[in-house]
Amino acid sequence: MMTFELDYASDEEQAEHTPLERVLRTNRAARHVTSEPTKEYSLETQWMIAVRDQRDKDAYLQLFDHFAPRLKGYLMKSGMSDAQAEDIVQDAMLSVWRKAHLFDPHRAAVSSWVYQIAKNRQIDVIRKERRPVPEELRQPEETDEDASQIVGLEQELGKLRDALQTLSPDQRQMIEHAYLGELSHKDIQEKTGLPLGTIKSRIRLGLTRLRHELKGLNRS
Amino acid sequence: MTSIAHHIPDHLLQAYVAGSLNYSMDMVIAAHVSMCDECRSRLAAHECAGGAVLEETRSVGVSGSMRANVLEALDAPCSTRAPRRASGVFPAPVMEALSGQPPKWQKMGAGVRQSVLHADKAGSVRLLYIPGGQAVPDHGHHGLELTLVLQGAFADEGGRFGVGDVEVADDSVEHTPIAEMGPACICLAATEGSLKFNALIPRLLQPFLRI
Ligand SMILES: [Zn+2]
Repeated sequence: MMTFELDYASDEEQAEHTPLERVLRTNRAARHVTSEPTKEYSLETQWMIAVRDQRDKDAYLQLFDHFAPRLKGYLMKSGMSDAQAEDIVQDAMLSVWRKAHLFDPHRAAVSSWVYQIAKNRQIDVIRKERRPVPEELRQPEETDEDASQIVGLEQELGKLRDALQTLSPDQRQMIEHAYLGELSHKDIQEKTGLPLGTIKSRIRLGLTRLRHELKGLNRS
Repeated sequence: MTSIAHHIPDHLLQAYVAGSLNYSMDMVIAAHVSMCDECRSRLAAHECAGGAVLEETRSVGVSGSMRANVLEALDAPCSTRAPRRASGVFPAPVMEALSGQPPKWQKMGAGVRQSVLHADKAGSVRLLYIPGGQAVPDHGHHGLELTLVLQGAFADEGGRFGVGDVEVADDSVEHTPIAEMGPACICLAATEGSLKFNALIPRLLQPFLRI
């Protein structure tokens, strides 16, 4: 097999790799050696980091197959037709690939990042104009991955999901409606029965972590 | 940066994340979050909750052709303009609405100026320029109203609002905000509902705070 001699000679398993894999591995080595996805991370986070750092299409396919059907289900639940939902899923999933460099696992779980991309796209389509979004934080040039921060965020998210599971069906439905965008801000405020107690305390715990992280990011 | 005392209430952050507000409210919230790390992390927490709901949602299979389209598009070149950054006192979402140009001010009398960024039947959002000591014009609201200070400060029954602070008001509260003496106060103000657009009440024409 014809190959270019790329700088991967230290890799003892090279013989088994396809040319594409070699290129990917070389890119990875060239980029951050330190950002080898940790096994402690959820699969979604590992895939997303591989997409971001290595433009790994296999990992992207895994993400696609995980999120696209959920997004479609979510969008149809919020009242969109099959065709409308597919269009938005297509755009959103493409954005996941194109905006991957903005993904920061210290500040967002993959599911929340994908949720917001799809939500913004859905609103743009409905309103036929770009929705105002906050300015992106500037990513530090050299990202040192803080595994404990990332794992901590994922654990918080796990607890949040557990908290959602323990709600009564009515309460869960209320939360779903709220995040589907089916409640007005007045509804959200007035539904005093909104079972946000547990959720909120979970969110707050998560916040402390996020806030700490944000303070560390130097803007401008 | 001065410390921010008045933030976006939680139910509005949640509504922003869920997409149940209108363009004008979205603008003020996006602008405040661009200036406020606290609200940025609270927003992120709501996005986490949204993501958790998404994870629990029942899947609906996507078509093979769509999946193929996406895969094919991965290598296609895409030219997306980089989002605009904040400039001067104007946060990034405002610069976006201004297309990167300085605001086109419209004189309202008594040195007060406005620049309408967006108006539709759901609401409107504008920049207001109020010389120190003048009253902030009443935008004739009859619903939710959000006012974010970008420069200077104003004060009213609800307290003092400096750079980054947001005042949340509705028609149940009577406010008479007055710009602090000193540099002009510049605000980003969003109102809900179809407006009596030009019905800015001319109370600003009366001199306030003659010291
Ligand atoms: Zn805030």
